[in-house]
Amino acid sequence: MLLTHGWLSKGAGQTIIDKRGDTPLETRIFPELSDDQGNQGSPPPRQLQAGLTLTNRYAIQEVIGVGGMGSVYRARDMHFPNVTKLVAVKEMINTAPDPLVRETIIQNFEREANLLATLHHPSIPRIYDYFSVESRSYLVLEFIHGKDMESIINDTNSFLPEHQILAWAIELCDVLDYLHKHKPDPIIFRDMKPSNVMINHNGDVMLVDFGIAKTFQTGIKGTMIGTEGYSPPEQYRGEATPLADIYALGATLHHALTRRDPRLEPPFSFSERPIRRINQNVSPEMEAVVNMALEYNPESRFRTAADMKQALMVVARKTGALISAGPKTGPIQGSGIKALWSFKCEDEIRGTPAVSQGLVYIGSYDNNLYALNAADGKFQWKYPTDGGVVTRPVVLDGNIYFGSEDKRLHVVSARAGKVVWTYYTNGPIRSSPRIAEGHIFFGSDDNHIHAVNLNTGRMAWRFETADAVRSTPFVVRELVYVGCESGDYYAIDFRGDLKWRFHAKRSITSSTIGTEQALYFASVDSTLYALDPRNGWVLWRFRLGKPSISTPCIVDDLIFIGASDGFIYGIESRSSKEVWRFKTEHQVNGSPVVYKDSLYCGSVDGHLYCLEYRTGRLRWKFGTGGAITGTPLVADDIVYIGSTDHQIYALLA
Amino acid sequence: MDKIFRWLSGNKQKPTPAHELTNTAPLSEQQIQAIVTNQNPRFDLQQLISGCGQSVGKQRELNEDSLLAITAMMAGNAGNLPFGLYIIADGMGGHQFGEVASNAAIRTVAGYVLRKFHPYLFHIKADAMDESFQEIMQAAVSEAQRAIQREAPGSGTTLTAALVLGQQITVAHIGDSRAYFIYPDGRVEPITRDHSLVKRLEELGHITPDEAANYPHRNVLYRALGQGEILDPDIFTVGFPQPGHLMLCSDGLWGVLTEQDLTRAVNEAPTLQRACQNLVNAANAAGGPDNISVILVQLIG
Repeated sequence: MLLTHGWLSKGAGQTIIDKRGDTPLETRIFPELSDDQGNQGSPPPRQLQAGLTLTNRYAIQEVIGVGGMGSVYRARDMHFPNVTKLVAVKEMINTAPDPLVRETIIQNFEREANLLATLHHPSIPRIYDYFSVESRSYLVLEFIHGKDMESIINDTNSFLPEHQILAWAIELCDVLDYLHKHKPDPIIFRDMKPSNVMINHNGDVMLVDFGIAKTFQTGIKGTMIGTEGYSPPEQYRGEATPLADIYALGATLHHALTRRDPRLEPPFSFSERPIRRINQNVSPEMEAVVNMALEYNPESRFRTAADMKQALMVVARKTGALISAGPKTGPIQGSGIKALWSFKCEDEIRGTPAVSQGLVYIGSYDNNLYALNAADGKFQWKYPTDGGVVTRPVVLDGNIYFGSEDKRLHVVSARAGKVVWTYYTNGPIRSSPRIAEGHIFFGSDDNHIHAVNLNTGRMAWRFETADAVRSTPFVVRELVYVGCESGDYYAIDFRGDLKWRFHAKRSITSSTIGTEQALYFASVDSTLYALDPRNGWVLWRFRLGKPSISTPCIVDDLIFIGASDGFIYGIESRSSKEVWRFKTEHQVNGSPVVYKDSLYCGSVDGHLYCLEYRTGRLRWKFGTGGAITGTPLVADDIVYIGSTDHQIYALLA
Repeated sequence: MDKIFRWLSGNKQKPTPAHELTNTAPLSEQQIQAIVTNQNPRFDLQQLISGCGQSVGKQRELNEDSLLAITAMMAGNAGNLPFGLYIIADGMGGHQFGEVASNAAIRTVAGYVLRKFHPYLFHIKADAMDESFQEIMQAAVSEAQRAIQREAPGSGTTLTAALVLGQQITVAHIGDSRAYFIYPDGRVEPITRDHSLVKRLEELGHITPDEAANYPHRNVLYRALGQGEILDPDIFTVGFPQPGHLMLCSDGLWGVLTEQDLTRAVNEAPTLQRACQNLVNAANAAGGPDNISVILVQLIG
């Protein structure tokens, strides 16, 4: 298989790591490697030290960029002893062990030097010198006071104003037009992207890194590699024309206008991210120009960079001083959602309801468990305990099982609310019961998991944990999985013996959900974990923005979870990649549930949110008078949700 | 470390020497017996077995593919732990040394993964591992990326690596080599997605699958190890198919064989090693336009 010369130098010229934060005005001549996979941890060999002078002329001052092939330095030209003339020295250390590879690398470096020497344009840095010292080659270039466009995008928290990007775009069209009209042969830049565009201290653009600006060989059989993100489809096929540069300029502008890095998206997917859907401040005219540059078929794009500049000038005249503020749109749907009924308890509801045979059961901090008619919310009966009820009741064979902060597990008849039996622990019960194989499993603040016989109400065994257990045990294949407040996580068999243990850095209040493949739960250490159910090895970890006590929910291949950073997350279960995230106005401590194609989740901001579960798009939200910390329950197209405003609401799903 | 590596490799079954096995030749009594034994699903010990095959093909002079297969088992009262690492890398770059890249890739990834697991698997007392399988694979691939940029700048390689631990397979994938699940009922399920131009165009609906099959630039990748600024491999964890096979291969194999070819070769051969050789033979019989590499893995018992 063959690789064209063109692509070879990509590897050589582009893997430059940014050295950040030294000076407020950063100077970067070459693009940076913006991944964080630890490359910064291994600096290239033998960086030149400040104070060293190359060829008795260039006094190295500091490193301004670092890359796979060497560094870029700021240096002072000592041939001008009376003035401080600064230059950029681009270094290439040839580490390739093979002589053929070494030679090719040197040829590419020389080509860049020779090309630059023939170009004269205000937006192209001048070249002053070229030389080699042992295994290192150096280009001496005009030093640019400024910052590259990618850093400008990354260092800004909001969208850059359209008029600023428009001004840069016009200058970039100018320099591309200059290159494309070069005689005898047009020069194709081929690597237009934000990190190759420097904005100098005057606000003018400079195009840097001409390492691959040349013509392609075509018709070579074999595998070729392209740069992802900015290059047009035909460039992967080895076709480089001025129209390829126009596409890449479109991609650069799209990135600048939307702040979405195309290297992190599938190739050629710009049309899936319409500019004005992401940034409503952009004018429709500007969007139209960028879209035309990004046309899939080269013949549908602007014919020349000069044509594109013309179109941009029209945009500039139209929008003029009047920078479009864009229509202000509020929440997609705010009102219109009405409760079917609501019922008010005497204190906060922080738990989750259960529904069975036309009745809704819900615990409250007024110490009661309530039974309500599911159809109209009419009170049926209440059962008093001596502590707040935050656990989720379980209904089985005519009985209701739930724990209370009065330290007891209560079993009452579903129809009349009369006590059947109770079971004492030595601490408040905040862990909801799980029933499996004739036993009830639940945790208590007495630092134990309890297994209680369903028929006798007697303890089968209890397992001592390192701290209070507030999560709900998950039971499958004769194993009980549960996390506790110390961060320890246990797999216990049906005899009450430990099978394996795992330790998170902070408490595990989130309950587990599991599949054949994995156990999923979150921790206050801000991580969503996926563990192998057989041995507790960590399959993957997903970093949440903040701690979470929310219990995940899994549907198809997606996992949903809330966190105290206010987001509801949608995560791919196999790859642990984030699919979407939705921002609520406060912490999400409750848990999401999915019913049909909707996801329901409450937030401490007082709202119950209904989202399209595949995309995270908001369908509607419903406001209550207090924080929601429980989990909604959906049955027969009705959503039931409790709130700290003391009420439980029934809504149409 | 070397010692461990030798110990691990010791369990690896060596590929059977090649000899043609035609489909029409009657099976010997011994072969039939082998098939019967092999299909018997009852083993007291659940264990990992594997086979592999490789050929330069009929039209290339150079083999730029590299493969690595480590199959290990630890079993005892504390339970049994199958451990396997399988990698296929298809180098590119011609005179710019695709074979250097693919070789650096498999060695770097395997070295990194083994070093990471060594303290947890081979020490009597070990703390729980504080990194996830996916994080280890991600870091291994990043290290390989740096190694290639150092050893053979400008070249590149595909990489499809499967780490098997217990019943979990964690795959790291970049480029157009592939991993498949092959089920006894004949279903063939690709579990990786090619990072190739042709696949992307097909996904976008610009070309049909038929056009894709005859597309002139089928070899063009948009992501490869050793290339580009942002390394973004696909990394995911799936359960091992039981019953079924995990197959890793380079495009020299999947590019010329149909799904039926794959299932027939896998389900009809008496052993995994033989199945791999049959696959290599079939790819060569179909013209052998490119280097061929294949690894088959089964979790039995």
